[in-house]
Amino acid sequence: MTTARELGFVTCTACAKVWPGGTPRCECCGHRLQSRHPNNLQVVWAFWLTGLLCYIPANMYPMLVTSTLVGTDSSTIIGGAVAIAQHGDLAIAAIVLIASVVIPVAKFIAIAHLALSVKRGSRQSEHGRQHLYEVVEFIGRWSMIDVFVVAILSALVQLSVVASIHPGPAALTFALSVVFTMLAARSFDTRLIWDSIGPESSET
Amino acid sequence: MAHDVRDTGVDPSVLIGCPGCDAVYVARSPSEGEKAVCSRCSTVLITNRKGAGVRILALSVAILVLVVAATFHPFLSINAAGLGNRVSLLDVAFSFGSGFLVLVSLATVMLIVLVPLMRVVLLIYVIAPIEFGLRPARHSRGAFRLAQELKPWAMTEIFSIGCAVALVKVAGIARLEFGPAFWMFAALSVIVVISDRYLCSWSIWRALEAGQ
Repeated sequence: MTTARELGFVTCTACAKVWPGGTPRCECCGHRLQSRHPNNLQVVWAFWLTGLLCYIPANMYPMLVTSTLVGTDSSTIIGGAVAIAQHGDLAIAAIVLIASVVIPVAKFIAIAHLALSVKRGSRQSEHGRQHLYEVVEFIGRWSMIDVFVVAILSALVQLSVVASIHPGPAALTFALSVVFTMLAARSFDTRLIWDSIGPESSET
Repeated sequence: MAHDVRDTGVDPSVLIGCPGCDAVYVARSPSEGEKAVCSRCSTVLITNRKGAGVRILALSVAILVLVVAATFHPFLSINAAGLGNRVSLLDVAFSFGSGFLVLVSLATVMLIVLVPLMRVVLLIYVIAPIEFGLRPARHSRGAFRLAQELKPWAMTEIFSIGCAVALVKVAGIARLEFGPAFWMFAALSVIVVISDRYLCSWSIWRALEAGQ
């Protein structure tokens, strides 16, 4: 196995074309070429931290404000899921909990683990970590479910005094948190995972 | 696929680099129906499916029509205690009416309507000339790169799951009915997934390069 870096080349991560090292931009697709970005992990951590900071208010403030004849009720993400569960729809409550709590929290842990493993090494194999990264990238977008649910409900449920639903401030911070964790995952350069093993041990 | 690079006298223009782990190979298109996979990190590098270009074009046109139609047709309707309301996708997207929550409504419009729309328009613009044997259209490269960058931000299929959840959430207080746009959206989600499976970015880049 040979890597572009060992040959003094640089690979374009957008179109997979290989150029002599030092070429500033890919002549095929115009993407900026960088064998390894020197501050890659700092960028990842910056997005990660911003995402985490947005996720805290997202769980404390109400996501949905429901006004009915009997009064006004505002529910947080977890509160909303509990209400659905008490209603008997355990499957839907599980979808909401998985999309809005399990996936985001698991993503924070996974991205932190990947970023730390580049510096400190990890007992998990390179293959395992590459796979973890792919899962994180694939699944991250699905957290948007709850934001879309709030959008649908607040447009639809406008029945004068009988029932109306409005979004709470958590809708914004939660959406931002999803966007920032997606950016954190996308800015992570997976080549760093493989660099840590060096060319000798990668020979198969 | 896994030719050792050191045998070739190392001319970078014949190489393909793995975006996942930086391994390099001599680029060779796999036989039809096969995939070229990085032997180090298993990232799919090249796929070769019969008639991929034509299929992507056809599916993109279908997506274009469906997104536009789904945006304006009634999406869901609700009935409770003699009161009713029906909304289109556009109403849904603009539902976060007040104050800073406008940002969320902007993001929703982007993610479920504008980004998927832009993406298929860009793909048609790039792939159509290649498929019909013409010179690539102007700025094809920038257009294709933008289309690829937009991919994770097109969230049609996620929105359709959101609808299912919303349905259950209001089941207690009102009766919900699906409008035509809902079914268009359901179809859309499936077509988007199929279309993306056919898209081989390496093949398109090489075609754009050859056409210059």
